[in-house]
Formats: sequence, C-alpha cells, structure tokens
Amino acid sequence: MDIVNEILEREQKKAEKYKPITVEKHLDLEFDVGSLLAFDTNDLDTKSLHSQKDVYLHTLSRDNAQLLLNKVWELPTERIDEAIVVRLPPPTTVLPRAKPVPKPKPLTKWQEFAKAKGITKKKKDKSQWDEQLQKWVPLYGFRKAAAEKEKNWLIEVPQNVDPMTDMYEKKASEKTEKVAKNELQRLKNIARARKVKIPRVGIPITSDKASATQLATAATVAKASTASLGKFQDKLPKEKEARGKGIHEIIPGKERKRKAPLPTPQAERENNLNLLDSILNKRPKIDMDRAVSKYIHDEQVQRSEEKKNLKPSKGRFKGKGKGNVTNFSAKKPKAGRGQRNPSKKNPGRKRR
Amino acid sequence: MKILSEQRTKILFEKLTKYIGVNVKLLIDRPDGTYCFREKKDRVYYISERLLRLAQTVKPDHLISAGTCFGKFTKTNKFRLHITALTYIAPYAPFKIWVKPSAEQQFLYGHHVIKSGLGRITENTPKYQGVVVNTMSDIPIGFGVAARTTAECRHADPLATIAFHQADIGEYIRSEDTLT
Repeated sequence: MDIVNEILEREQKKAEKYKPITVEKHLDLEFDVGSLLAFDTNDLDTKSLHSQKDVYLHTLSRDNAQLLLNKVWELPTERIDEAIVVRLPPPTTVLPRAKPVPKPKPLTKWQEFAKAKGITKKKKDKSQWDEQLQKWVPLYGFRKAAAEKEKNWLIEVPQNVDPMTDMYEKKASEKTEKVAKNELQRLKNIARARKVKIPRVGIPITSDKASATQLATAATVAKASTASLGKFQDKLPKEKEARGKGIHEIIPGKERKRKAPLPTPQAERENNLNLLDSILNKRPKIDMDRAVSKYIHDEQVQRSEEKKNLKPSKGRFKGKGKGNVTNFSAKKPKAGRGQRNPSKKNPGRKRR
Repeated sequence: MKILSEQRTKILFEKLTKYIGVNVKLLIDRPDGTYCFREKKDRVYYISERLLRLAQTVKPDHLISAGTCFGKFTKTNKFRLHITALTYIAPYAPFKIWVKPSAEQQFLYGHHVIKSGLGRITENTPKYQGVVVNTMSDIPIGFGVAARTTAECRHADPLATIAFHQADIGEYIRSEDTLT
C-alpha cells in the first residue's frame, strides 16, 4: 500500500508541476494549423499586464500554445522511426513574399511571333529512319556527323552551277553562315530583352535573293550617296523612295530635322496674319468671270430698262408687224379664235 | 494638340477666304483674347489661348477635342470644312443664299439648293463662291458653293442647281458620331 500511495503522491506532485492541458477562454481562438498559427482575439487583462507584465505574458502565451498543440494532437498521427509525426494540413493564411515575384523570362523574337500566330512546338524524335543508309540516324549531336559523312560520300554538282565548284566547301560555308546568323539573332534577342540600343548594320547581305524592299532601300541609299546627296541623280518614271522603319536614318542627308520651338501666341498671330495677307494679295485683281458676269448683268439691266421705256409705244410698233425682228416674245397665234381684221387681206394658212 | 504647319495653315486660310474673304483676319485678330488654330488627328480646332493652356494639362492620349472643330484635312491634304464651323463663318460671310421654307428640309437632308427653292441671293455672287445658306428668317442652316452667278440664276430653269451642298445643320444628327 505504501508503494501505491507513494506512486500516487508522486503522480500528484508531477501533475502539480505541470499545468492542465485544458484552457478556459471567453472567445475561441482562431487557428491556422498548417502554419502553426493561433490568433487570440480575447481582451488583455490590463491590470495584470501593468502590474506583472512578464508573468502575465508568459502565462498567456503558454495557454495559447497549449491550445494550439491540442489542435495539433487532434490531427491523425503517424509513427516513423520511434517518433510521432503529424502531417499538417495546407496553411490557410496567405503570407507576403520576402522577395519580389520573379519576372517572366523575356520572349525571343521567334517565340513572340509564334505566340501571336499560335504556333506550337512539335516534339520530334531524336532519330530518324534513313532510307539510303537503311538505319536510324540521329537528328543532331552524337553520330550525326558520321552518318552525314557516310551519306554524302558524293555530291552531284547541279546543272545551273559552275562545274568546278567544290560542293563540300559550299555546304560547309552554308552551315557556318547559318550558325553565325543564329548567333547574331541570339545576341539581338539578348539586346532586345535588356533594351539595349544596337546600331543598324545597314542592309543585310544575304547570299540568296534580296527582297524587293531591301533592293529598293539599297537603291535609294546608293542614289543619295553622292557628293550632292543625290540631288542631281536622274529619276526613273514612277520611281519611289524607299520607306519604312529605320530606312530614313540610313539615307545620307536625310537626318531628321530638329523641331522648331513653339512660337509665342503673339508671334503665332503675327505669322498667321502675314500668311493671310500674302494669300489675300495673291488673288487676281481682275476676276475675268466676275467681270464678264457683271457686264452681262449690267447689259440685262439696261435692256430691261429700255423695255420698260418702250412699253407705252408698243402700239406703234405693232402696226409695222414684220419689221421688229428682235421681238422674241411675240404673241402666240390664236388659231382662229382671235379677232379678225377684216381690213387685212387673206392671211392664209398658219405656218409654224 | 499640334500647331499647324505653314503649308497646312495656308490651305486652311485659303479655304476660309473662299467663304468669308478678308474677314478671316477677324478670327485671328480678336479683341477678346488671342485665338489660334490647333490640329489633332488631322482635325483643326479653333481655340482660345486660355482654353488651350488648360487643355494642355490633359494627356494627349486622353484628349479627344478642345475648342471648336473647323474641319479636317483629308488624306490628300485638302481641307474640308465641317458644319461645326458655321457659327464662326455665318456672321462674316459676304455672300449668302436664302432658301424658301419649302426647300429648307431638302437642304437639311443633304441635297443641293435648286432654283425652285431659292428665295434670295446676294447680288453679284461669282461662280464657285462659298456661300452661307440661310432660311428666309435669316437663320444660317449650312453652307455650300454657288454653282451659278446671280445673273445666271435669273434665267436658270427651276430644277437647275444654284448652290452645291457642303454642310448643313442636319449633320449634327446624321453624322453625329464623326463630328467632334
């Protein structure tokens, strides 16, 4: 019995030493077990906070830590290598990043183009079946060169090429050119990504055919490359100067002019008035059309006046009959319904 | 708001002198402040210096228009007057045409002025002179170009065109979206 009591006593002592795992709180805490976080929204006890700050804060944090651990213990536990382990749920609290979000890698010119056009990369096999060699040949890399050498043991010289050309050499130079072009484009992409301005190298010299715009640019530049900047060069009919982005800069003597500074309102007004004066003075002093129309108008007015004056003496003219030729407004014949003049001799049939 | 180039200013003034002659000077030389012409997206605006200074505080991309639109430059660099310029042209125009009340609607629908609709015309109007079209009660309703001289009008047949239509106040409704 002594032993039992002793054990019980010891246990009691032990229990006294440890605080209870249950904690009383007015308001429940909010937990984010995933990031081992607990929010205590209860009010602080200001009296004890002032009187015994350290003790109060210590107990408060212990209680809250206890509550958090209680929550952790509620989760399903595993035993791995004599250790009890808990798998935490994903955290719900969004934490701000310490570092800024990494910027997306700038796209190369081709990637940009492909994106705009909706071109997606197709996966190719690393090796291809070669009909001629009757075996699998890698598309690039190890054993590709050897296979190529085996395949091209003889290269035919095409009909349209000088028969003495070394086709192997030609092929090699084409390859080096391609590599060089690729390297240049790679560097250009880097410069573009870093927004470095690279000088224009002029018109690209291609081994193959140049495009129409390239030729036009070359012609324009060549034409302007005289001592007088191409001022006295002959022009073809319908010839147009090359246009486009950056072409203006490479044509000699076509440097962009600096913009004139904005004039003050007074100066602008003066300029406008001067310009207007020059326009108004330029107009012909004698407007032929106007003069003619005025003349016609005067004539018409004069004639109408004359007519008015002649009206009273109308009767006298009528007696004469045939004599007045200018009288266009003669009365229409009345077709027998008018008054007859018996004194007149047989008028005969009406002729119209 | 760009300042007009010398060439464009010349084109603009030449067009304006067709309508109001020497009175263009009165538009520039105003006693109530300095006024000037500014250009934005090929459209020409008549704007007072004071208002212009306020308009310059707006970012160019956000500014649609400021002042009164006089017209626009076409792609071939010709100037075309808009109806919005009528308020400045009508009081100064030396040559006018008055249309009969019956022909007002025809004109406001964008048709030319024909002889039968002609009420009055300024004496000695030359051919192809810019004219302001008024109603009989002296309300300006648009402008056009005289197709005949006054003398020729007297003897024209009733359906002959007297003035070519260029702009009328009906455009405020018809082409509301393009007028700025």
